[in-house]
Amino acid sequence: MNIKKKILVIEDEATLQKALDDVLSQEGFEVLSATDGIVGLEVAKKEKPDLILLDIILPKMDGFEVLSKLKANDKDTPVVILTNLSDLNDVQKALDLGATTYLVKADYHLDEVIRKIKEILCM
Amino acid sequence: MIRDIVRSFRECKENGLSLWQCPSFLFIVMGLINICSMMGVYVVVSKYDVPEIVVLSVCSVSAIIFSIGLSIIHGFEQVSKANKIKSEFVSIASHQLKAPLSGMRWASDILLSDRNKCLNEKQNGYLRDIQENTTRMIRLVNDLLDVSRIENGKMDIRENIIDVGKEAEGVVRELNSFALAHNAELILNVEDDLGLVSTESSRIRMVMQNFIDNAIKYTKKEKGEVRISLKNEDDFVMFIVEDNGFGIPKKEQKRVFDKFFRGDNVAKRQTIGTGLGLFIAKALIESSGGEIGFDSKQGKGSKFWFKLPISKK
Repeated sequence: MNIKKKILVIEDEATLQKALDDVLSQEGFEVLSATDGIVGLEVAKKEKPDLILLDIILPKMDGFEVLSKLKANDKDTPVVILTNLSDLNDVQKALDLGATTYLVKADYHLDEVIRKIKEILCM
Repeated sequence: MIRDIVRSFRECKENGLSLWQCPSFLFIVMGLINICSMMGVYVVVSKYDVPEIVVLSVCSVSAIIFSIGLSIIHGFEQVSKANKIKSEFVSIASHQLKAPLSGMRWASDILLSDRNKCLNEKQNGYLRDIQENTTRMIRLVNDLLDVSRIENGKMDIRENIIDVGKEAEGVVRELNSFALAHNAELILNVEDDLGLVSTESSRIRMVMQNFIDNAIKYTKKEKGEVRISLKNEDDFVMFIVEDNGFGIPKKEQKRVFDKFFRGDNVAKRQTIGTGLGLFIAKALIESSGGEIGFDSKQGKGSKFWFKLPISKK
């Protein structure tokens, strides 16, 4: 595989952003980051990532709104929700809006997150 | 009876309600007024044998009782509001706790991963301690969230048709090494043709895990035995976990399913736990239309069981 797959991480928590960036680059991905919903949407439009990791609680525009806008622009790019909201309603809402899967941060180790991402990208 | 009343007074105090807002106090006042006014009516009626006066006094007594009734209802509303605020607080606090906890977990994940080989054994050990403690804290926060959901009546479960026998086998497999570490043996016995039930598989596994986990922790120190059996009982699937451990003292038996309850034995044996497992288990089983219970004799062991209605043979 010569071309690096691009992953956009939309996450406002600096520690988590850094950890994801670190591990994903070591795994050979090109990592783009955004710390709020609006910037996230712009980067997604410009860079056309292969996969998007999206938090729900974000400044300026929340993850649900970002998700529906992303899906309106481009239905096929997989969006993985990575959040700490764990109510069934939130999960259902995100899946209804077209999220590929929904992961609760605190319940996943980093390597499990990576495994999920690779699964979705058929790697 | 008197002890119950005292306890409910204390609860009012804990919820920040004054005596005149406390339902149980108002109830007693109402009872006393009721008795006095009935005697008053009797006296009035025996003095004046006029129907109008009788009607008037009965009406005024009813009016008094009615107004006290209103304030009792108001008191109940205050109590439930206080509880709701408490649960909401727990829910918000738990969500806020999860963000830094996942940061800690992921940071230690990176340090512990294969890529990082420059740490010595001791450093690695401490890192694993950090990780284990983070995991424990996350579990606690998740339990607290479940409790606040139960108390707000928002305990939603994703029901599926599942084979409890298969789930039990999986759970036992996972817990075998934990049992071994505590010198206990797990003996599983699943009846054929058990029938399927409708519930959420990850949650029912949590309940089984909790039962077996407790049994392992409280079983005898030497040659502990934990018997797990699943069988049909009328239209239910019955899941039973028996141990030959300490048992639960009679005076503690009433509180086993209470929130945050932890037995005396626990403190003595210093086991890890929050006292929320069985409280959550009860809510789960009951919301799937089942029943939960236990039997215990001090010194002989305990037997915990739940049953769920069969939805398909």
